[in-house]
Amino acid sequence: MNRDTALHIGRFIILILVQVMILNHINFLGFLNPYIYIIFILLAPININKSLFLLVSFLLGLTIDMFGDSGGVHAAACTVIAFFRPVALSSVFGLSYEFQTVKLGNVSFGERLAYVTLMVLTHHVVLFSLEIFNFSHILLIAKKTLFSSLFSIVVIMLVLVVFRRNDS
Amino acid sequence: MQQIINFLIKNKHSLLFILLLFLSLIFTIQSHSYHRSKFVSSTNFISGGMYGWQHAVSDYFSLKEENKRLLQENELLHNQLSALGIDSLSSKFIDTISFDKPYTFTKARIIKNDYSKLDNYILINKGEKDSIFADMGVITDKGIVGIIENTSKNYSRVISILNSNSRINAGLKKSNQYGSLIWDGKDPNIVQLETVPRQAILKEGDTIITHGRSTIFPRGIGVGTIINYTLDQNKSYYLIDVKLFNDMTDIGFVYTIKNRDAEEIKSLEKLKYE
Repeated sequence: MNRDTALHIGRFIILILVQVMILNHINFLGFLNPYIYIIFILLAPININKSLFLLVSFLLGLTIDMFGDSGGVHAAACTVIAFFRPVALSSVFGLSYEFQTVKLGNVSFGERLAYVTLMVLTHHVVLFSLEIFNFSHILLIAKKTLFSSLFSIVVIMLVLVVFRRNDS
Repeated sequence: MQQIINFLIKNKHSLLFILLLFLSLIFTIQSHSYHRSKFVSSTNFISGGMYGWQHAVSDYFSLKEENKRLLQENELLHNQLSALGIDSLSSKFIDTISFDKPYTFTKARIIKNDYSKLDNYILINKGEKDSIFADMGVITDKGIVGIIENTSKNYSRVISILNSNSRINAGLKKSNQYGSLIWDGKDPNIVQLETVPRQAILKEGDTIITHGRSTIFPRGIGVGTIINYTLDQNKSYYLIDVKLFNDMTDIGFVYTIKNRDAEEIKSLEKLKYE
């Protein structure tokens, strides 16, 4: 086990702990919680084995579900964004993704924001559609998706800036 | 055959994705139907233990509030005792065996409380070890909280009244008309009482209590007060907004209610249908 694998496993555990112990209880304005555990999926290595990545993402979501008593909604949302991550990566970074030279630590702020926004929006749309699971509440789904996404994006960008790795 | 295997190998990522998505959708659908969501639940050893540990720390922050609430409840109970002409010294021996009521109350502590989702669950720190089982009622000193839905050895999951699957019978205090409590997912302090017949005479501020029509809650547990009511489309039933006595966002200790006669009543009810 090399240093990188240990880093990712540590990140997996710490993100779950922070999410379920602190962030799930924020309830800003009564209903807003930031979901930052998807940083794990955002920062996973570009050249990771795809099947392994899907399985780990599913496991990440399922763990959050277990703590939050939410059935399988996080698992579904995580699996979806893990599957569509290559699409998001190539549409945002274009050529540099094709050559696998992207390092999230040293891309421009705009590109990073676009990538995070794309992933968070996809995740939250799936999450809240499944959590509410009722088309008569479609306005509630839209409201929750929009505000939670804003909150999540801001927090995730802050976390990425604060915990930036300096070894490039 | 070769082609099928080639197809499987070529599309293994997509197939895995579909499989995992399908799995999580099954869990999701299960969680949206009452009494089915046994598989992914926070009553297990890891998450239950972690919430218990977390609560052991965060408990200290609400001690003052909790003390005040206990004092208020004590005051109320003392007043009721003196109103009944019983002095707290003369009746020291109140044992549960000689109670003629079939209900026994057990205290428990909430270690996880949700109210921001559409389907909310509460986790409490008592389980089968403390003879708590599914379909027992959960209340605070002020009013109802929910019904036990899923238990493990040390923890139980309560389906909160703030859950779109929860249907609890409740009715007016001043008459015998009743309906079922639902939640529209908007305000954690306001629930809806539906299917109250239009013959009922309502006024804003009327008290809603449980009616003891099921084996879960005894008669007379407080629910809330009416703040608004309208007739439904067919003009045959009222839809009533009820402000809860409990602040669902701020509950610490609860009581579970065990009905000793539940089995007996249920076996009778079963006879009716066979």
